[in-house]
Amino acid sequence: MSKITTIEQALEFVQENMTVMIGGFLGAGTPERLIDALVNKGTKNLTCIANDTAMPDKGIGKLVVSRQLKKAVVSHIGTNPETGRQMNTGELEVELIPQGTLAEQIRAGGAGLGGILTPTGLGTIVAEGKEVITVDGREFLLEKSLKADVALIKAHTADTAGNLIFYRSARNFNPLMAMAAKVVIVEAENIVEKGQIDPDQVMTPGIFVDWIIKG
Amino acid sequence: MDAKTIIAKRVAQEFEDGYVVNLGIGIPTLAADFLPTGISVILQSENGFLGLAPLDGPVADVDLVNAGGKAVSIIPGGAVFDSAMSFAIIRGGHVDMTVLGALEVDQEGNLANWMVPGKLVPGMGGAMDLVSGAKKVIVAMEHTTKDGSPKILKKCTLPLTGKGVVNFIITNLCVFEVTPAGLLLLEIAPGVTVDEVRTNTVAEFVIKPQMCTMPIV
Repeated sequence: MSKITTIEQALEFVQENMTVMIGGFLGAGTPERLIDALVNKGTKNLTCIANDTAMPDKGIGKLVVSRQLKKAVVSHIGTNPETGRQMNTGELEVELIPQGTLAEQIRAGGAGLGGILTPTGLGTIVAEGKEVITVDGREFLLEKSLKADVALIKAHTADTAGNLIFYRSARNFNPLMAMAAKVVIVEAENIVEKGQIDPDQVMTPGIFVDWIIKG
Repeated sequence: MDAKTIIAKRVAQEFEDGYVVNLGIGIPTLAADFLPTGISVILQSENGFLGLAPLDGPVADVDLVNAGGKAVSIIPGGAVFDSAMSFAIIRGGHVDMTVLGALEVDQEGNLANWMVPGKLVPGMGGAMDLVSGAKKVIVAMEHTTKDGSPKILKKCTLPLTGKGVVNFIITNLCVFEVTPAGLLLLEIAPGVTVDEVRTNTVAEFVIKPQMCTMPIV
């Protein structure tokens, strides 16, 4: 079965009220073609798990501006004034999570772990309502793992088996999210035949990838 | 010398050869321009690489940005990785020093730099992980707010980024060390008096007997 598909077919897997992980860091490594198509399609009430909400005209920021998100689970919203505005008016729920915690929660979600123990956030409002666990005399916060219905991923190169190579700082959350969602859709700048990526160079094994569209 | 340059030059003197360092946006990043002769450090960028360097040509690579989203370059011998690895480096104690700005810092080493409730809520990004994991945490900031209000307090009033995490505070007026007994005034900037520091600081501090002038030129 070929994993190569069209944007339209791939986005059939993104339905209202779903939780969607989207790769990228301030837009670098975000699948812009998938985002643009999702904006055009207008699927609403999405919960988005991502590092940040980018800028109003870039990456995940476009989904904020088009009011398709009901909740954003992110580490940073400072570069997108529209996110702050919608948060203040109550239109958008924003859950802020320390970036390293968010990365590990997603990794844990894909790795079959119930959560992680981290010192990050102890003594701050991040710790409110969370369990503190003492290990060998040192305190840690229990942060539960995160999973999603769909992950939208950006890769530099994909082979037809779904093996992925990322490029420079566009890697960021993409390999982690590729492990943590039921359906993983990859926007790849380059698509090559099986065997054209050396197994030692693979950053995300193809078994995690369901669908590939040309970026 | 303007306030930012004083701070950046003094911060740069904290660099030791071979240090892995994460610099926040703004004044902290400026410190890299004043590396002492013979000292080289490896800059970590929390969005996923080691070997951060300024953009070295006119052509920007859209896929190579710093944690502020600005185009940068990567040194020969640099390394790129995902966000889990990036924060394993940060949280795991593999970063020797991090330098961050602050909205408030207090005499117990508490830091607040990620939100002003009801006004400004950018989010913590990687700051909470950085202060919990880096071996040395330096706050680099102008001593007071733009309207002259003190930022070095007895107790932070804003939501904390980290509790008891700050080791040194470097401002345009002075250098404080955060000790278990409270703040210790180590240095004052050229031309600045202890009285001036006291007037602009709410926190209590003790003057180190060997206090000296900031060695910056």
